Amino acid sequence: MSFLSYLINGISLGSVYAIIALGYTMVYGIAKMLNFAHGDVIMIGSFVVFITTSATGMNPLLAVLLSVVVCTILGMVIERLAYKPLRGASPLAVLITAIGVSYFLQNIALLLFGANPKSFTSVVKIPALNLAGGKLIISGETIVTIVTCIVIMIVLTMFMKTKPGQAMLAVSEDKGAAQLMGVNVNKTISLTFAIGSGLAAIAGVLLCSAYPSLTPYTGSMPGIKAFVAAVFGGIGSIPGALLGGVILGVIEILSKAYISSQLSDAIVFGVLIIVLLVKPTGILGKKINEKV
Amino acid sequence: MKKKMLNTTKNNLITYGMVIIAYIIVQIFVLSGSLSNLMQGLLVPLCTYVILALSLNLTVGVLGELSLGHAGFMCIGAFTGAFFSKCTFGTIPDGLRFFLAILLGALVAAIFGILIGIPVLRLRGDYLAIVTLAFGEIIKNVMNVLYVGKDSAGFHFSLKDQMSLNLADGGEVIIKGAQGISGTPKNSTFTIGIILVLITLFIILNLMNSRDGRAVMAIRDNRIAAESIGINITKYKLMAFAVSASLAGVAGVLYAHNLATLTALPKNFGYNMSIMILVFVVLGGIGNMRGSIIAAVLLTLLPEVLRGLNDYRMLIYAVVLIVMMLFNWSPKAQEWKARHSLKKLFGRKDTAAKGGN
Repeated sequence: MSFLSYLINGISLGSVYAIIALGYTMVYGIAKMLNFAHGDVIMIGSFVVFITTSATGMNPLLAVLLSVVVCTILGMVIERLAYKPLRGASPLAVLITAIGVSYFLQNIALLLFGANPKSFTSVVKIPALNLAGGKLIISGETIVTIVTCIVIMIVLTMFMKTKPGQAMLAVSEDKGAAQLMGVNVNKTISLTFAIGSGLAAIAGVLLCSAYPSLTPYTGSMPGIKAFVAAVFGGIGSIPGALLGGVILGVIEILSKAYISSQLSDAIVFGVLIIVLLVKPTGILGKKINEKV
Repeated sequence: MKKKMLNTTKNNLITYGMVIIAYIIVQIFVLSGSLSNLMQGLLVPLCTYVILALSLNLTVGVLGELSLGHAGFMCIGAFTGAFFSKCTFGTIPDGLRFFLAILLGALVAAIFGILIGIPVLRLRGDYLAIVTLAFGEIIKNVMNVLYVGKDSAGFHFSLKDQMSLNLADGGEVIIKGAQGISGTPKNSTFTIGIILVLITLFIILNLMNSRDGRAVMAIRDNRIAAESIGINITKYKLMAFAVSASLAGVAGVLYAHNLATLTALPKNFGYNMSIMILVFVVLGGIGNMRGSIIAAVLLTLLPEVLRGLNDYRMLIYAVVLIVMMLFNWSPKAQEWKARHSLKKLFGRKDTAAKGGN
C-alpha cells in the first residue's frame, strides 16, 4: 500500500511539474529561448495568493484567479520589455537576459516580502480520500492537483485546434512563413507568454498547497526540474511535457522513499542524462535531420 | 599575414599586461594599507572567478558549446585539492603541497571532463546545456552525501553516514558529507591567484593560436565542413572540453584553499554559480578573453560597491545586467551604436580592433 501512495504522490508532484513544463515548452517552441524567469513567475503567483488570502481574507478561489491575472500580465510585460528587443539576437544573449529577469523577480520579492519562509495555507478545502480501510489516504491537494492537470491538458489540446492555437503552431514551425500568411507574430508570441505565465500561477498555488513553505527562491528549483521534464519529454511537445513531468515526479518521490532523500535530485538528473543519450531529443521529441 | 600575426601577439601582450598592471596597482594599495579588509578578502575569489570565466569561455566561445555545469568541475577540483592537502598535511612542505594539489585538482577535473564529455558532446545546443546542468547538480549532490575517512588500513568511502565508514581506532574522517572538508590549510594568496590567472591565459591564448585551437574553432564555425576536411570532431571537442574542465578544477583548488570549511552548497557549486560564470563570459564577449577578465572583475565588485545600498544592491545588479544585455545585443541598439560610434566620429576607417583575441 505504501508503494501505491508514493506512486500517487509522485504523480501529483509530476502533475505540477507538467503544468510548469508546459510554460517552458510552449515558450521554447515559439521563441526558441529558455525562459529562466519562468520559475520565478511561479513564486510571484504564490505570493499573490498568500498575501490576498492571509492579509485581506479573500476567497481562495478568487485569489487564485487574481494570481492568474497578475502572472499573465507579468509574463506579457516581461516579454515586451526584456525579450522582444532581443528578437533576432544570439540565443545566449536572450538566455542571460532571462537570468537577469529571474534575479530581478527574486530580489523584488525579497524586498517586498522578506527572506523568512512564509507558511502557505492550502487553498484546497476538499477532505482527504480514505481508501482500503484507511491504509491508503489520498489528500485533497493531490486530487485537485491531478484533476487540474488533466483539465489543463484537455483544454490546451482543444485550444491548439482554434485559430490562435494554429497560429502558435505556425509561428513555432516557421516565423517568416507564418508572417507571410498573415499571422501576427508579435501578438502570438505575447499570447504564448501569457498562457505560460497564467499556467505558472496555477502551478505555484498547487505546489505551495502541497509543500507549504514560501520564500523568494521557492520557484527556482521546481522551475529547473520542470525544464528538465520538458526536455525529458521532448521540448516543444505538449504531451511530452505531461509525460516528462509525471515520470520525473514519480522518479523523484520513489527515489526519495526507497533510495536516499539526499540523492533524489542526482537520480532524477541521472535518468534524464540516460534518456537523452539514448534518445537525444527526448521521449516524444521530433528528430530533425541535418541539412548540409 | 605577418601583420595579422603581429596583431594577435600585440593583443595577447595587452591582455597579459593588463593583468600584471592590475596586480601591481592592487599590491600598492595593499602595501599602503588603503584597501579595506573586505576588499582584501575579495582578491582571491576574484582570481577564482577570472579563471572560471576564462575556462568557460574556452567551452562557450572557442568550442561554441553552451555548458551550464561548469561549477561542477570547480567542485571536483576544490574537493580533490582540499582532500589531498588534508591527507598530506605535515608530510610535504607547504609550497610543494599546494603545487601538487593544484596539479591533482586539474588532473581529476580533466578526467571527469573527458568522462562527462564523451557522452555529452554528442548532443547539441540546448540539450547539451541541460545535460551539463544535470551533471553539475549530480556532482554537487553526491559531494553532499560523500563520506571519506582514513585509518591505518587506507581510505574508506561511504554514501550514507560517518558510522558506516567502519574506521579503525585513530582513524580520521576527512570528507564529512554535507559538512564538507574543514581545516584545509589556507595556502591561497593573491599573488598565487594572479600567477594562476596568467598561466590560464597563457594556456588558452596559445591554444587558440595553435593548430589544435584552429581545428576547434573550425568545428565551432561549421561542424560539417570541418569534418569533411578530415578534422577529428570528437577528439578536438573532447580536448577543448577537458582543458576547460581542468582549468575550472584549478580555480576550485584555489577557492578551496582560501576557505576554512569547504562545503558543496547550492550557492557555491550549484547551477546558480555556473550561470554566474556564464554571465561573465557572455557580458565580456563570447570568445573574447580580455572581456571575460574585465566582466568577471566588474561584476564581482559591483555588488560590493553597491553594499551601501543594502537590500537594493542585488536588485540594481539585476537591472544593470538586463540593461547591459539589451544595450549590447539588441539589433536596434547595435544599429544605433554603428551610427554613433566614436571611431566614425574621429574619421577612422579601419575597424580592425574588432574581435582580437
